[in-house]
Amino acid sequence: MRELNYSEIVAAVRDMAMRAAYDLEPDILEALLAARDRETALLSKNILEMLLVNADTASRDRIPLCQDTGIAVLFVELGQDVRIIGSLEEAIQEGIASGYEAGYLRKSVCDPLTRINTKTNTPAVIHLRVVAGDRLTMSLLPKGCGSENMSGLAMLPPSAGRSGVVQYVVDRVVAAGSNPCPPVVVGVGVGGTFEKAALLAKEALLRPLGTAHPRADAAALEEEILIAINARGQGVQGFGGNNTALAVHVELFPSHIASLPVAVNIQCHAHRYKKIVL
Amino acid sequence: MSMLRSRPSFGENLQELQLPLAESVLATLKAGDLVSLTGTLYTGRDQTHRRLCELLDSGLPLPVDLSGQLLYYVGPTPARPGQVIGAAGPTTSYRMDVYTPRLLAIGLKATLGKGARSREVRDSMLSNGAVYLATIGGAGALLSKCIKSCEIVAFADAGAEALFRMAVEGFPAVVINDLAGQDYYEMVAIK
Repeated sequence: MRELNYSEIVAAVRDMAMRAAYDLEPDILEALLAARDRETALLSKNILEMLLVNADTASRDRIPLCQDTGIAVLFVELGQDVRIIGSLEEAIQEGIASGYEAGYLRKSVCDPLTRINTKTNTPAVIHLRVVAGDRLTMSLLPKGCGSENMSGLAMLPPSAGRSGVVQYVVDRVVAAGSNPCPPVVVGVGVGGTFEKAALLAKEALLRPLGTAHPRADAAALEEEILIAINARGQGVQGFGGNNTALAVHVELFPSHIASLPVAVNIQCHAHRYKKIVL
Repeated sequence: MSMLRSRPSFGENLQELQLPLAESVLATLKAGDLVSLTGTLYTGRDQTHRRLCELLDSGLPLPVDLSGQLLYYVGPTPARPGQVIGAAGPTTSYRMDVYTPRLLAIGLKATLGKGARSREVRDSMLSNGAVYLATIGGAGALLSKCIKSCEIVAFADAGAEALFRMAVEGFPAVVINDLAGQDYYEMVAIK
């Protein structure tokens, strides 16, 4: 048994929360640069340039990329040979609260009915899986809700097939218009059950941009959806051009013979995530 | 980031506008115009709007006279010591749609956010002579540099959802809905 201390986990989560808010990962920066270089609509090209300057400003001045520093979503893989000294759940929540306070990040979490702010940006949403090994892997996705609100899920009949999946996803992104801050990253979950499809769509956002699904037919589906979305010409911020989406990531899971669940989780261009292995 | 060109420009033909917008200026704005805003504006998002409308429901005075003013939909991050404000980009406007006609009816002349407005809001803007502008979603760090002062006017307990008064300088925006009833997002979609 390998032991991990409560305080180590708090410190790691706190650090990730702050870095996520200020520093875009290289893959999203590269995607924005490539989009700028191929953009033909002048206003959209200028805005892509401003988004790159925004990223530079945020990183240099330690000011959040976006004022919506999100609700914290964590995917946690706990090795079954790790023993946590203290509560893992509490350590993660303390790390989020501490990072949002120390990093001058916005606390955006409130009671769903009373709308009273919890003032700590907790609770974070935690998805825990127990895996083989003696490591603790945590991926943090602080999710802004301009994009989250544009997400959707459909329980399609199996007869809808592949083309039904493409149509649902494209329609969802087109209907979202400029609301989710395009250029967007589109996470798609196909299969499983109602909740599994939604979870797959969110996990799909964690895959590095520029990497296709390992299964050839799924990779082709990603490509087809991306082309169809960008052909609609809504573009950056809804101001036209061919960069409505930077990437489409599809994740698959076997489904019931009666069912074809499809979930779409939309992510804005301020695609913030961090990962750490302890 | 050496791959950047020098200074980003929002566009050529940028119109410099003074806030609050004069009625004569409102009439000249056309959907798709690129503008640069300088002057004073007020802010509000979900809870701010709910509270303003509750005051109107109760027949109580609003904490500020919004007549002729521009309302920016933003909930900034906290300022670091010595800074004016934290990140301060636009939030999505449609969530304010349910409240907006009431504020337009009492004289609000412009709103600033991101994303399309409802048919009801567009009709209300037309009948009240108001415009809607969008700025760059997700550029909160960059836009914060255009904000020169920020003070709380009301609802301090609401945190980022308080009503702030801001002085802005060279704040970039695109005219989405003009007084002729045009909508720039629709114009782009039809192209």
